[in-house]
Amino acid sequence: MKGKNRSMRLSHLAGDPVLLFFVVLVFSGLALFVVLPLSRIFVYGVTDDAGKLDFAAAIEMLGSGAYASTFRNSMMLGIVTAVIATLIGYAFAYAITRTDLPFKGFFKAVATIPIISPPFVLSLSMIFLFGRNGLITRRLFGIEDANVYGMRSLVIIQSISFFPIAYLTLTGILEKMNPAVEDAALNLGASKFRIFRTVTLPLSLPGIVSALLLVFIQSMEDFSNPAVISGNFSTLAVEAYRIITGMYDMRGGSLMALMLLAPTFAAFALQKYWLSGKSFVTVTGKPGQVRVRAEGPALKWTLFAFCALIAFIVILFYGTVLVGAFVKIWGINFTLTWSHFKYVFSVGWAPLRNSVTLALIATPITGILGMIIAFLVVRKSFPGKRLMEFLSMLTFAVPGTVVGISYILAFNQKPFLLTGTAFILVMVFTFRNMPVGIEAGTSTLLQIDMSIEEASTILGATSAVTFRRISLPLLRQAFFSGLVYSFVRSMTAVSAVIFLISPRWNLATAGIFSLFEASKYSDAAAYIVVMIAIILVAMAILNFLVNLLGKSERSV
Amino acid sequence: MAKSDFSSKSSSVTLKNLTKKFGSLDGSGEMTAVDDFNLEIEDGELVTLLGPSGCGKTTTLRMVAGFEFPTSGSILIGGKDVARVPPNKRGLSMVFQSYALFPHLSIYENVAYGLRVQRLPKAEIAERTAEVLDLMQLTSMAKRHPSQVSGGQQQRIALARAIVIEPKVLLFDEPLSNLDAKLREYMRDELRKLQKRLGITSLYVTHDQDEAMAISDRVVIMEGGKIRQTGTPRQIYEHPRSKFVANFMGKANLVPALFEGREGDGAVVSLWGGKVFLSRPDIQSRDAGSEPAAGDTVSLVVRPEAVRLTPATDAGPGSLIAGTVVRLTYFGGVALYEVMAGDRTLIVESHNPQATGVFEEGMTVGIHFDLDSVRILHGAEC
Repeated sequence: MKGKNRSMRLSHLAGDPVLLFFVVLVFSGLALFVVLPLSRIFVYGVTDDAGKLDFAAAIEMLGSGAYASTFRNSMMLGIVTAVIATLIGYAFAYAITRTDLPFKGFFKAVATIPIISPPFVLSLSMIFLFGRNGLITRRLFGIEDANVYGMRSLVIIQSISFFPIAYLTLTGILEKMNPAVEDAALNLGASKFRIFRTVTLPLSLPGIVSALLLVFIQSMEDFSNPAVISGNFSTLAVEAYRIITGMYDMRGGSLMALMLLAPTFAAFALQKYWLSGKSFVTVTGKPGQVRVRAEGPALKWTLFAFCALIAFIVILFYGTVLVGAFVKIWGINFTLTWSHFKYVFSVGWAPLRNSVTLALIATPITGILGMIIAFLVVRKSFPGKRLMEFLSMLTFAVPGTVVGISYILAFNQKPFLLTGTAFILVMVFTFRNMPVGIEAGTSTLLQIDMSIEEASTILGATSAVTFRRISLPLLRQAFFSGLVYSFVRSMTAVSAVIFLISPRWNLATAGIFSLFEASKYSDAAAYIVVMIAIILVAMAILNFLVNLLGKSERSV
Repeated sequence: MAKSDFSSKSSSVTLKNLTKKFGSLDGSGEMTAVDDFNLEIEDGELVTLLGPSGCGKTTTLRMVAGFEFPTSGSILIGGKDVARVPPNKRGLSMVFQSYALFPHLSIYENVAYGLRVQRLPKAEIAERTAEVLDLMQLTSMAKRHPSQVSGGQQQRIALARAIVIEPKVLLFDEPLSNLDAKLREYMRDELRKLQKRLGITSLYVTHDQDEAMAISDRVVIMEGGKIRQTGTPRQIYEHPRSKFVANFMGKANLVPALFEGREGDGAVVSLWGGKVFLSRPDIQSRDAGSEPAAGDTVSLVVRPEAVRLTPATDAGPGSLIAGTVVRLTYFGGVALYEVMAGDRTLIVESHNPQATGVFEEGMTVGIHFDLDSVRILHGAEC
């Protein structure tokens, strides 16, 4: 019977050539750019140079104390950052969804800055503020030998970088929570604190765990911050890079990367498959009553003070880089100057142009592919659907370092000789940034009544026409937020592309990284300021296009 | 507009041995949603599939639409097997429970959509769309979006969008269930008038028996994926072939009695200690052809309106048994009673209670049946 159902579905697929085409296209892409590289890095880790099965390198690595301490460092950093970032995120989310806090728009904006920011900014301001010539350490307190490098700085930087992820996750949960449940508890005579402890907190627990895991993954796979500010505190992502580029030990780096993959993948699996079934959020189909409950003034102003402090820190850090880009010698000579921008518009210009060009190429590909996959997975029935869903979300769990190394391994020889090309960079951008578009598309599609598409079908439209004329317009919001995200991520990517850039195709982020390595912090600051400007302009243009499209549609 | 404008493409539908099995959720077994379903829908006829949720009526409709593929059996539209024809090539249209209007398109564009998809000449699209908008009294709001009009208007848009393409068959998936009671009755009548006027072959799914009775040429009662009975609303109400049908199509008292024997066209049963002659028993046996023997227990189907109550003092000839009113619900035009008679509760519907008198709770009453409309069910099925 099962076989018959399958053959029915296969024949259905054969009868719909458009569907067949896209299923084959997506699977080919996933096979080439997800399955092949990942299997290459796994195989490479456990074979010798002749290609024979050989666990010697793996065993040696596992047994070495240096590796163990690096692993411990990364895990520790991940856990501490996850806890702190989630606490900040929860306070932000609670303050914004549950109180009538003043300046809500401002706080929301502050919480999005770290998400769209280029890499290295926070590390750079950390050095500007607390380094040897730090504004606070040297100027304010007169400390001559301040050591800014190490885990403490990393925890601070990562907490600020990643609390917005926790904030967004928890906002979603808190907004969807039916306020009637809390009203019921209040009605039964519970105090506000008791309601929080016995109702709100347990109901948001899946969101909290989710936030913890997501921040943990981000912290573990972060390359840019530890690369420039960890000092002697070694982390997996950075060590893998150093082993490969410094010691030319490809196998050692691959193994290091695989050790990074294990915990992030476990966290991803936990978050996606175990936790998703545990959500208590009840979606009722009624329009969500967005309602502000008036918390007592004490709690409100405590939260306000806390949010204001975080906002101050974020603005201080970003403001520092902005100022740093325009002063002669940080910490010594604060005369304003344009001189640091010379680098950007001379040596730094080509990488910057490359970054923008490749991001512009990758963005629509990522967006459309993401929507197609979301559509196929949610709405269509075909053999291998679950596999497609799994593979397309997989790259989200795979740290950029692993992706970068595995792409080198997979694409440095024929028939897929792609290393050094722009194409491989575009593919990295596409397949790494796709999951967010898919996620947004999937959740939108699940909210759209399926009979809307069926209505189009029965009126005579083919799959392709239905997708173009019905589904895609309804997905517009998700589609464009996917585009924005994908552009920003492509512009700001470091960990994967650092392995794949070539003299011809160098990228802006790699340019900033090399400025750090040369301790040219002010030039780096100028470069970052230019990148922020480009990202903001791009977002404004995309926003403008969304509105334009929306208007033209309505005037039909 | 002439009827022929729309009816030219209408055609008959034949469902032969249609079966649909689904794998169960845990993958261990399978569940039969539709089981050996046979039905002929004539050109221009409106047939309703009526049954409780999960009876397979929607699955059947979706197989006709092409959204589900039958496990076995065949579907013929206008005599042509459409098993391998995808839904967009079947020439049908459907009115959905949720209306499924395109939220991003204007009402005009919603209605024109099916014509645009067919790439018809612009002038023809404009003409036909305007015609249908006019027919459905939607012309004045054509530029608005679906979210800006009322539920009843949305319903009309959905219908306009479905008929404008002149479908071979029109499918309805509980189209009125989202409307409030008053509007539902109104739209029900509108819909039936339109369907008759256009003469479109229609397959209609609902779980509401009033709706089924009001609009159908024929009704198919389904349970557990199987057809229980097919017939005109009147045939089914007056001659139910099983307890399930008797209870689903209207309300019924099922009173056990002992079969005594045939007498001409009628039958004699013993009930509450007395012998009763039923003039039109229309005996239905579970096994076709089998006849109840004297002394067999049978069920009498007694519709609530076929029970008459009289004051206890009046319990003369004709009263079958005395009972006690345990509950009275007064609706004005109708009084609804629950009466304890022997060891069972009868439901009784008394029309025009102002004239016939109201019996309060606790009162003792005489119980009479209108013996001409009592039917007999026999066998395990009954």
